[in-house]
Amino acid sequence: MGKAVEIRDLTKHYVLKSETVKALRGVSFDVPQGDYVAIMGPSGSGKSTLLNLLGCLDRPTSGSYMLGDENVAQMTDDDLSAVRASRIGFVFQSYNLIPQLTVVENIEVPLYYMGKLDSRAKERCCMLASMVGLGDRLDHRPTQLSGGQQQRVAIARSIVNDPEFILADEATGNLDSVTTEEILQLFERLNGEGRTIIMVTHEDEVAEHAKRVIRLRDGHIVSDERNTDRVIAKSSAENVATEDVESAVERSESPATN
Amino acid sequence: MFFRTWILGIKSLLLHPMRSALTVLGIMIGVFSVIALLAIGEGVSIKAQQDIEALGAENIIVRSIEPPNDSIEFSFSAREFGISRAEMEQIRVIPTIAQVIPVRELRLQFQYTGNALAEPRLGRLVGCTPEYQGINRLEVDRGHFLTHPEKQATVCVISAELAKYFFPYEDPLGKEIFVPAKKNRFSIVGVLKEKTATGAVGGSFSGQDFANDVYIPIETMRRLMGDLEEKRSAGSFERKKFELSQVTCKVKDVKDVPKTAKIIESTLRRMSPDREDYGIIVPFELLEQARSTRIMIQLIFGLVAAVSLVVGGIGIMNIMLATVTERTREIGVRRALGACRRDITRQFLIETIVLSVVGGCIGMALGVAFPVSAEGSKVLADWLAPEYYERIPTYFREVVPVLVPWSFPLAFGISVVVGVIFGLYPAMRAAQMDPIEALRHE
Repeated sequence: MGKAVEIRDLTKHYVLKSETVKALRGVSFDVPQGDYVAIMGPSGSGKSTLLNLLGCLDRPTSGSYMLGDENVAQMTDDDLSAVRASRIGFVFQSYNLIPQLTVVENIEVPLYYMGKLDSRAKERCCMLASMVGLGDRLDHRPTQLSGGQQQRVAIARSIVNDPEFILADEATGNLDSVTTEEILQLFERLNGEGRTIIMVTHEDEVAEHAKRVIRLRDGHIVSDERNTDRVIAKSSAENVATEDVESAVERSESPATN
Repeated sequence: MFFRTWILGIKSLLLHPMRSALTVLGIMIGVFSVIALLAIGEGVSIKAQQDIEALGAENIIVRSIEPPNDSIEFSFSAREFGISRAEMEQIRVIPTIAQVIPVRELRLQFQYTGNALAEPRLGRLVGCTPEYQGINRLEVDRGHFLTHPEKQATVCVISAELAKYFFPYEDPLGKEIFVPAKKNRFSIVGVLKEKTATGAVGGSFSGQDFANDVYIPIETMRRLMGDLEEKRSAGSFERKKFELSQVTCKVKDVKDVPKTAKIIESTLRRMSPDREDYGIIVPFELLEQARSTRIMIQLIFGLVAAVSLVVGGIGIMNIMLATVTERTREIGVRRALGACRRDITRQFLIETIVLSVVGGCIGMALGVAFPVSAEGSKVLADWLAPEYYERIPTYFREVVPVLVPWSFPLAFGISVVVGVIFGLYPAMRAAQMDPIEALRHE
């Protein structure tokens, strides 16, 4: 199986007035396609910096970053924008849907910036909305949806461009435990379909769902191990199916409280 | 794709309808004031130009000016002033001049003895030649104007107003107008159509009111009345002597007018150097002046209006800066989802262009309706507060705004340019944001 991400000796230094902050001090790891990685670490560990680099929102000070077969470490701003549009799917903690757009239009946004917005794309966006259980809310605005529903729109948006991997940043941080479970099940289902997921979190319960956990401290990787006591066993036994997702929709009907 | 970007911009603007409407209002007023002020300016200058053109661009008018009577001492000798017939003959030989038309005017009472109800009326007795009709654009309603065969006859042509006053139920032709001061009678051979008074032009020339005119052949006038005028009233006795009130010179070619005017002036000065009892009016030069004045008016009005457009533009910039700050998070999200800086700039620029184009279109629509609404408001003002309305100078009441066609593309163009210029900075500021910072923005 090919590699989705290959990182070698990645460093990132921030120059502040007089001192240089070394946020990342040489990080190397690979993410094979179809993997489900949780990146953990206390604040100040370089977790956010790594996330920004993985998301191509920033450039490393040194080291290489192969996204699929392309070295994106030193690309120009415009090229990085194109990479983000076509090869990375973002899921944020606070959903980050665009308030003036409907559910379908929000899902369309990455395609718009790829320049691939056609009638077929529209169909695909509707299909994705149905897939995450929002088929009957295509024309709703984000404010008319609960937190869990908004996050499911965001997940649909993250896979609309068939990305190399989904990059989730504390994707369940704003959700209650029931909704968190639903979202994690949705991630697992996507992973089960062969999608690569990289999730940044500081919650062990969330990280337990991943196949693999990378722990950072002071800009170094301190551990990188396969998850042995993975909750997936339980989930896969239940065999998360569309019905479950649909029933989850019913349960999360109540508007978001955040 | 293209439409989507625009629809997206409109959607974003509709998220804050009140804010967007107020911004549009700023541009709308700007565009409207450009069109309206230029229309007023055009109306004013067209009126001035019409007044001057009524004098005839190919004419040069030499007019006698009565010097102020400042002598307190009693004198039997008559005051002599004005252009003489000899001087007129000197002017006549100037080769560029086609015609000279002498005029002698007197202010007198007229009477019609056949109508006892009509009081004598004060008017102008104008001694002139048949050519007078042409240069003053007088139109004959009934009968005919003075003719050359009649140059010695005691005939007259009267204005429409006098005809209506003295002969409300009769045919004036063949009747006689009596001039009590001179004890002369003139039989009417023609009645003119109504003619509005010409405006005062150039300061040295008072407006002419043709309302109470009686025209007689100048030779008849000289034969019957001579050159001497006596005026007696309580406590004063005045004698004055003048040969001609005005000589209108018609120049063969309009482009020779300025040159000819100089020749006339030097001719008159050579004959009597220190005189100040005549004035030379060159409508052609006034016309040229009026043209440059018109450009000045348009420039000043245009500038004033442009200032209001710029103010509208600052309004746009203000709103867009606030919008950009407010939507920092959205900018971060869009950048994360693949928008490059150019896309962000375009997005915000489109929003400002939509604002300014909508404002521009509404402003233009109001501009089209301006002349009608201006007339309407005059009528309304006259109806609501006639006593105040009448205090407005006639000149302003009579000015009709005339839309200047090029003011529309101009105003619209400026509004779009203003939108782009004042939208560019906020849009670029939005595009320059670091996506990571923008995403973190609360």
